[in-house]
Amino acid sequence: MKFIRKQLDNIKPQVQKGGKLQAFHSFYDAIETLFFVPKKTSASGVHVHDPIDSKRSMIIVVLAMIPALLFGMWNVGYQHFLSLGETAELWTTFLYGFTKVLPLIVVSYGVGLTIEIIVAQMRGHEVKEGFFVSGMLIPLIVPVDVPLWMVAVATAFAVIIGVEAFGGAGMNVLNPALTARAFLFFAYPSHMSGDAVWIAEKADGFSGATPLAESAAGNIQNLPSMVEMFFGTIPGSIGETSALAILIGAFILIYTGIGSWKIMLSGVIGGLVMGLLLNVFAVNPSMEVPAIHQLLLGGFAFGIVFMATDPVSAAQTSTGKYIYGFLIGFLAILIRVLNPAYPEGVMLAILLMNVFAPLIDHYVVQANIKRRLKRVTVKA
Amino acid sequence: MSEKESLFSAKNRKLIFNPLSKDNPIVVQVLGICSALAVTVKMKPAFVMTLSVLVVLSVANVLVSLIRNLIPNRIRIIVQLVVIATLVILVDQVLKAFVYDISKQLSVFVGLIITNCILMGRLEAFALGNKPWPSFLDGIGNAFGYGIILMIVAFVRELLGSGSVFGFKIIPDAWYIKNGGFYENNGLMVLSPMALITVGVIIWIHRSRNRDLVEQK
Repeated sequence: MKFIRKQLDNIKPQVQKGGKLQAFHSFYDAIETLFFVPKKTSASGVHVHDPIDSKRSMIIVVLAMIPALLFGMWNVGYQHFLSLGETAELWTTFLYGFTKVLPLIVVSYGVGLTIEIIVAQMRGHEVKEGFFVSGMLIPLIVPVDVPLWMVAVATAFAVIIGVEAFGGAGMNVLNPALTARAFLFFAYPSHMSGDAVWIAEKADGFSGATPLAESAAGNIQNLPSMVEMFFGTIPGSIGETSALAILIGAFILIYTGIGSWKIMLSGVIGGLVMGLLLNVFAVNPSMEVPAIHQLLLGGFAFGIVFMATDPVSAAQTSTGKYIYGFLIGFLAILIRVLNPAYPEGVMLAILLMNVFAPLIDHYVVQANIKRRLKRVTVKA
Repeated sequence: MSEKESLFSAKNRKLIFNPLSKDNPIVVQVLGICSALAVTVKMKPAFVMTLSVLVVLSVANVLVSLIRNLIPNRIRIIVQLVVIATLVILVDQVLKAFVYDISKQLSVFVGLIITNCILMGRLEAFALGNKPWPSFLDGIGNAFGYGIILMIVAFVRELLGSGSVFGFKIIPDAWYIKNGGFYENNGLMVLSPMALITVGVIIWIHRSRNRDLVEQK
C-alpha cells in the first residue's frame, strides 16, 4: 500500500491545477480514491464519520455478483460442450466460458468508464462510481453470442442518454444496465432473443431455446426440472441462470445492508401472487407454469436482487419500497405470461417501476404528512 | 408600416432567419413535435411534409393577415381552422395527383397538419397582428425552421435505422451479418421513441451552444 501511496503522491503535482497532465485530473482522482479513503471531511453540519463511501458500497455489489459471474462463465462452457455432445473437464469448461465472457466485460467497462471520465473532465467533477456496478451488470444480462460492438453502442447509449443527460450517476431515473439491455432488445432483436443466441458456437441441430422462451411458447413439457433451474444449468443470459449463485449474492447484499431486503421480499411476493393468480385462471399452457417455477425462469431472480434494488432508481421511502418491489414482481410475471412478444417482462417491469418510483415516494410522503397533520390539528 | 421600410429590411430578415435557430419552432418553441415523431422514419416523406407545411403555413399566414381586421375576436380560432383546413385539403389533392406513392404514406399526416401546433401558433401569435408581407416571411421562416429539424431527425433515423439516405443504400450489403459481415440496422431507430430521443439530443446540443436560451432558475 505504501508503494502505491508513494507513486500516487509522485504524480499528484502534475495533475493538479497548472500541472502538465491537468487534463487527466478526474482519472487520477478516480484511481486515488479507489485505493485510499479520501481525506476530505465535512467542515460543518454532518458529524458522522464512516469510511464507507459510494465507491466501497458499489464494490460490495460487484462482489455480490461474482458468484453469478463465475457460474455464468462455467455455464457458457457447459452449454457449449453440451450442444456439441461432448464432455469436458471443469477447467476446460470454465476457461472456454471465461474467454467468451471476458471480452463482454472489457467492452462494457471500457466504453462506459471512458465516457464517464470524459464527462467528468468536461463538467469538472469527480468520476462517479455508479458505473462500477452497471459495467458488471451489462455483461451478465446479455446472451453470450451478442456482437461486441452492439454491447459498446448500447453501453454508450445507456451512459449518455440514460445517465449523463439527467445529470450524471445518482440523478438517473432509469437503471443504466437495464437501459442498455432494453436498447439492445429493441434495436437488435434478432441478437437478443430467439433460439440461436444463448449458446456460444452451438451445434446446428441442438435447440438452444431458453426455458423462458419454451414457457412463453406454451411448451411447458419442455421445461427443465426445478433442480436444474435452481442450480442454473440451463441456457439464458450469462448471469441470470443460477438461482443459487444469485441467492448467495442476495445474502451478501442483505447482510451488508447495501441491497434492500424489503424490495427483494416484496418483489418475490408480487411474483408469487401473480403466478398463483394466473394458475387459478390457467386458460393457456404458459399460464399453468407453477408460480414457483416462474420465480426461477428467466431473469426474475437476477432482476429482483441486483437491478430492482439499485438505490438510485428505486423508491426511497420504506413503505414505497414495499409497493415498488411488489409491483415489479407482479408486473414482471404479468408481462411475461400475457404478452408472449416480450417474454423478458422483468426488464420492462423494472424500467416501468423506475419511472414510477418518484411518484410512489411522493404519495407515501404526502400520506405521512397528512397523518401527522391530523394529530396536530386543534379542534376549533 | 411606413413605405420607407424595404421588403428585406433587417427586421424582415429576422422574421426569416430567427426561426432557423434561435427561435426554432421545434427545438425552442417545442411546437409540432407530433409530426416530428411520425414522419421522420425516412427522409423522403419528411421532405414532402416540410414542403406541405411550407405551402400551408405561408399561405395561411397571408390569408389570415389579410382578413385579420374582419375576424370577430370570439370566433377567430374557427376562422383560422377553416383557412388551414382548406389549404391542407388542397395540398393533399395536389400530392394525390402528382406523387401518389408518397401521398399514400403521408395522407394521414398531411391531414394532421390541420392540428399541427406550429400553424395555430403562428396564426395566433403573428398573422393576427401583422401585415401580409411580414406574415408571409414569418410563415416561410418557421416552415424552414421546422423543416431543418425534421430533415436532421429523418437523416439520423434513416441512416441508422435503414442504412440509407433519401432511399439510396449507404451501408454496403456485404456489411450485414446475414451476408457474412458485422453490421446490423438499429431497429430502435425506426420506432417513434427514438425520434423523441433524437429531438431531445438536438435540443440538448442547441441549448449548450446557445446559453441564453437556458432558463434562469
